[in-house]
Amino acid sequence: MSTILYLAHTETDGTLAKISREALTAAQELAEGMGAELAVGIIGADVSAAAESIGSCKARFLGVSGDEFSQGRYASDVAAAEALFKVVTPDVVVAPASFRFSRAIPGLAVRVDGRVDTHLTGLEAENGNPVAKRWFYRQRMMGEFAREERPWILTLDPGCFASFEGAGSVDVELVDAALPEMRTTVTGIQAPDADEQTIRPDAKTLFVAGAGWTKKQSDGQSHVQEAEEVISQFLGVTKASLGSSKSLVDISGEGQAVISFLTHLHQVGQTGSTPRHTKGLATCCHGEEPHVVGWRFINERRAINTDASCGWAQGKADVLYVADAFELVKKLNELLA
Amino acid sequence: MSNEFHIVVCGSIVPDPLQTLEPVQGAQGPELKNEMMLPAVLDPWAGHALYEAADLAVKNPGSKVWLVSLGPKAKLQQVMMNIAQKVPFELVCADGSASGFTDSFEVAKVLAQSIEGIQGMDKSKLLVFGGWQSASRGSCAVMQMVGEMLGISEQFQGVDKLTAGGGGALEIMERIEGGAYQVSVCTGTPAVLGWATGELPEPPNNPQVGMQNMRLVMPALQQAKPANVQGSSLTFQSVELPQQRRETRVVKDMPVDDMAREIAEWLNS
Repeated sequence: MSTILYLAHTETDGTLAKISREALTAAQELAEGMGAELAVGIIGADVSAAAESIGSCKARFLGVSGDEFSQGRYASDVAAAEALFKVVTPDVVVAPASFRFSRAIPGLAVRVDGRVDTHLTGLEAENGNPVAKRWFYRQRMMGEFAREERPWILTLDPGCFASFEGAGSVDVELVDAALPEMRTTVTGIQAPDADEQTIRPDAKTLFVAGAGWTKKQSDGQSHVQEAEEVISQFLGVTKASLGSSKSLVDISGEGQAVISFLTHLHQVGQTGSTPRHTKGLATCCHGEEPHVVGWRFINERRAINTDASCGWAQGKADVLYVADAFELVKKLNELLA
Repeated sequence: MSNEFHIVVCGSIVPDPLQTLEPVQGAQGPELKNEMMLPAVLDPWAGHALYEAADLAVKNPGSKVWLVSLGPKAKLQQVMMNIAQKVPFELVCADGSASGFTDSFEVAKVLAQSIEGIQGMDKSKLLVFGGWQSASRGSCAVMQMVGEMLGISEQFQGVDKLTAGGGGALEIMERIEGGAYQVSVCTGTPAVLGWATGELPEPPNNPQVGMQNMRLVMPALQQAKPANVQGSSLTFQSVELPQQRRETRVVKDMPVDDMAREIAEWLNS
C-alpha cells in the first residue's frame, strides 16, 4: 500500500494556518482516492497543540519540535522534512505552499531523489494515481498533469480546498532531525503596524490603484497628496487590501512623487501577486493582459476610469464606471464613513 | 572591509508579457503557439536578480557576475543585445528549451552543472542569485534545487534586500505572509538568494557596457552546449486557456452620486 505524507509547520502561536488545513484536506482526499495510508508530519517549536487541532484525521502523527524549528529557515526546515520523510518513506508528499514551505520543500526533492511540483490548485486521484493541476505562464493557462517518478512532492496554493476541521487527542511520535552547522539566524520580523498595514490577504475587497492617480488631472496639475488621502480614507473605512499596477510601482522606483505607502509588495499582475479576494475595485488602471493576470482569482470585479473603451475593463470587469476616480471615490468615502 | 563575491545569476527568457499566449500540443508535449516567433525578454525576476548582483559587485570590488541561462541560443542572442547594455556580466549559456512546461528538476540539473563548470569560480565566495519565481513555469522551486545540487544549505526566497556587512555577514530581508519581511543574518557565502523585486530600478542602457559584454557574450553563445531537459516522465493531460469573458456593463451617463451609491451597496453586500 502506498503512503502519503502530509507536512505542515506551526505558526508562531503554535497553531496551523488555514492554508495548512486546506492542504490536509487535499492530502486526505488523495489518500482516499489512492487507497493509501496517510501520515501527518508537523514541524515547529511545539507541535502538540497543532496536532490535536487536527486530531480527528485518521493518520499516523509525527513531529519535529524544538526551538530551532520555531521560525522558517531553509536549513532547519529541509532537515526536519527530510527526517520525517525518512521515517515514513512515502510515495507522495503534500504540503501547503506557504512562504516558509515554498522556501524549503523544493529542496527536499533533491535530498530524497524525488520530483517536485508546486503551487497546485487542484489534486485528485485517477485510477489510483495522483493528477495535479496548476497555472502556467503566470495564470495565463491551466495545465493538468501526472508523472511516474516517486516520491512526488507537491505543494498546494491557498483557497483551493476546504479547510480541515476536527480536533482530537493524538499521540505524536517525535522524530530527531540532524541539523547541519546553522549559519543563518532569524533576527526578526518587520511588519507595518496593524493600522498602517495595507496588504490584507483576508480582506473581502481588493482595491487597486493605477498610475492614473498620479497623472495630471483636468486642471493640468497632478494631485498626488490628495490621491493619497482619498485612497487612505477608502482603505480605512472599507478595510480593503491595497494593490497597485506595475506602472505605478515603477514610478516609485524612479524617484517620482507617488503614493507614499505603495511598494513593490503591493504590485499585482504579471510581475506581482495574484491575490484572492471576493471583490475587486480597480481605479485608474489601463493595463491589459499583464494586469488581468493579477485579477484571475477576484470573483466580482468593478472598475473606475475615464476611458469607456479601456482594454483592461472591457470583457474583464463586470461593471465599468466612466468617471473621475478622485470625485467618485471621495463620494464613496462619504457614503461609507 | 570589502567582500569579494562570485555572483552567479540564473535567469532565462520568457515571452514578452504583452503577448497573447496560446498553448498547442507539440512533439515533446505542450508548447506555445509560434513560440520561436514570440518576442522574448529576460524573465522579470531574473532581471531584478541581475541588477542586484551588478550593484553588489560594484559595491564590493573584486567581485564578479556571471549570468547562467538555459534557453534557445538564437532567442538568447536577441535578448542579450538589450540586456548586455544594462550591467557588466559574463554569459554562460546552455542551449535548450526555456519552456514553462519543462520539469523544474531537469532545469535545476542543467543550471547546477553549468555553474559547476564555470572556470575561475570560487565556491567559497559563491552567491547564487535568481528569481524566486518566473513568468513561465513560476514554480518557485528551481533555485532551491540548484542550491541543493551545489551543496548550499543557506537559502533565501522572496528576497527584497541584501546587505553585506564588513565581516562577510549577509543581512537578508525575505517576503513572508501579509506584506511583512523576515530578517535573517547569514554568516557569509556560499548562499542562494531567490529575488523578488529587490529595490533597484532597471538600469539605463550603456553602450560601452554593451560592447564590453558582447565581446564575451557572442563566444559564449557559439560555445553553448545542447542541454537535455527531457529526462522526466512529466506528462500533460491538458493545457487550456481559461475561457472567461465577462459581459461588461459600462456606466457613463449616471450622476457621480448614484455611481457612488451603487458601488457602496455592492461593497456592503
